[in-house]
Amino acid sequence: MSDTARQTVEVPVATGDEDRYRLRMGPQHPATHGVLRVDLELDGETIVACDPQVGYLHRGIEKLAENRTYAQALILTDRLDYIAAMSNNCGFCVAVEKLLAISPPLRARYIRTIVNEMSRLSSHLLWLATHALDIGAMTVFLYCFREREMLLELFEELCGARLTFSYPRIGGVRQDVSASFISGLQHFIDIFPEKILEYETLIDTNRIWLKRTVGIGKVSAEEALGLGLTGACLRASGVDYDIRKHQPYDAYDLVDFEVPIAMEGDSYARYRCRMEEMRQSVRILQQCVDQLPPGPIVSEDAPDLHMSQRIIPFREARVSSYGTALIALSHKTKPTYPSGDIYVATEVPKGELGFYIISDGSPRAYRMHIRSPSFIHISALPALSEGGLVADLITNIGSIDVVLGESDR
Amino acid sequence: MEQRAIADTLKVQFPEEVLDIIEHHDQVGVLLRPDRIVPILRWLRDTDYLCMDHLRALCGVDNKRRQTSYSERFEVVYQLYSTSLRHGIRLRVLLPEEDAHVESAVSLWPGANWLEREVFDMFGIRFDNHPNMRRVLLPDDWVGHPLLKEYPLKGKKEWQGLVDLKKLARELDQHGFYPPPLADEKKTVPVKTVAKAVKAAVAVEPTDGTAPAEKMAKTLRERDQA
Repeated sequence: MSDTARQTVEVPVATGDEDRYRLRMGPQHPATHGVLRVDLELDGETIVACDPQVGYLHRGIEKLAENRTYAQALILTDRLDYIAAMSNNCGFCVAVEKLLAISPPLRARYIRTIVNEMSRLSSHLLWLATHALDIGAMTVFLYCFREREMLLELFEELCGARLTFSYPRIGGVRQDVSASFISGLQHFIDIFPEKILEYETLIDTNRIWLKRTVGIGKVSAEEALGLGLTGACLRASGVDYDIRKHQPYDAYDLVDFEVPIAMEGDSYARYRCRMEEMRQSVRILQQCVDQLPPGPIVSEDAPDLHMSQRIIPFREARVSSYGTALIALSHKTKPTYPSGDIYVATEVPKGELGFYIISDGSPRAYRMHIRSPSFIHISALPALSEGGLVADLITNIGSIDVVLGESDR
Repeated sequence: MEQRAIADTLKVQFPEEVLDIIEHHDQVGVLLRPDRIVPILRWLRDTDYLCMDHLRALCGVDNKRRQTSYSERFEVVYQLYSTSLRHGIRLRVLLPEEDAHVESAVSLWPGANWLEREVFDMFGIRFDNHPNMRRVLLPDDWVGHPLLKEYPLKGKKEWQGLVDLKKLARELDQHGFYPPPLADEKKTVPVKTVAKAVKAAVAVEPTDGTAPAEKMAKTLRERDQA
């Protein structure tokens, strides 16, 4: 190299922030539970700024719902929180039933409560499995999937699907439960409380688990409300807010259960809340199985798929209470649907799932807004993570329990 | 408190802002002017007997194809709820079509940040004093706002970003598992073509007096030459 060339080489001068750098985590990252991208600004290992980017899974579900009848839009709700699709279906049906003034029969309400709680359990099991795996507890992952498989097999027996169910209908449910389903569920209820103990033995007082979760991602009750956190994340901060108690839907006002609350507001408190919620879910399931009343499973006012507005005289040959009431449920239709707007929220495993539906009298929603808990929880990620370590960001993403399908819609 | 009573109290407190009170299915919505929305939200949140500490949802509405008693094009809807007193109310702020904007509620609820960004993304309604008024679900270079009523459900052409991505993918395919054949490589005739030739030879009755087998051989010869 010649002398002139050597002179042009610039030597970097120390400015004091060499340790600062940017890191783009995701969208394909195993610990982000989907296609979540987090742009980080780091100072060594400490997070200075955290900017989550969503939208990779945006499918325009709100726009699509405006172009389908309510009955047809049901299948879109499966694609929101695909871990707990049954809860979304139920939430949508509850909202549309309230809008169209349809009351489902008691048996259908109990069945829906059963599938709701089963889906809560399966969602919480998946959450615990992946959250523990992120932090480094491999065994819990395998145990949780073992029990989740039992639930999925029950779902499969109930409606033939394991992931996207579309089992509830506006005005009831699609098919009646079979005796073998009930006995299978009873078997699950009998063995599951011991399994919860098994998970707790593994990680509840595990020193690594405690170090990774206690005091991590701490939010006070006021902060949590301000950030819009709901579900177990809010209850772990000491706010008693559970829609199953506040505004009961389906059969939640007929069963007895408690809402677990913790005061600490950190990742460990959220973990404890969800574990207790699983116990309460088992309790609700047992009561529903015991109390399950006979009767029809779908309302006579339930609309068919096209929700036609012509007045057709009511036919006597109705769908029997047993057997396949697939989609065409009744020929009795109303001249027009009521117009107006309604906001109905349900408690899904992730938090508060709200449907704000505006009706203009047609069978299609004029506007349907979905208040998805995951979207709001991800927006709270910077508040939880900034100032912490990168490793704690993984804990936080796990402990706020997000699903990107629901976030991006 | 009953929702209706809350709405009436609100009307007493802010008589010039409240335009109308609409009740539907035991849920009450209050139509509001946009100018003083943040003071109204603050009053609802901080008054002891209301204590609406939870912003359940915030969304936009396009009124273009809807029969309404008012002429404003857009609405921004706030769903408020009190976790301690267990009551709630819906506020519907009316916005004109031209230069639709409203004051941001991020100073009251930090969680409103992304909800307002989503409204901007989907409707183009701007929020004043918002810390980061960018699109959230769609890419930054997206044209148009999808939830407007005139926006089509299916577009005529693909988004430019996807077109570019496909072009890039095709370029990268050159180095992938199944690279496209080079131009000077001898073309191999797929099995399907052979089967087709055989089938054609058997099916078609010869008109020039050659037997089917001969015709087949001829076809295969032609294929080898090509």
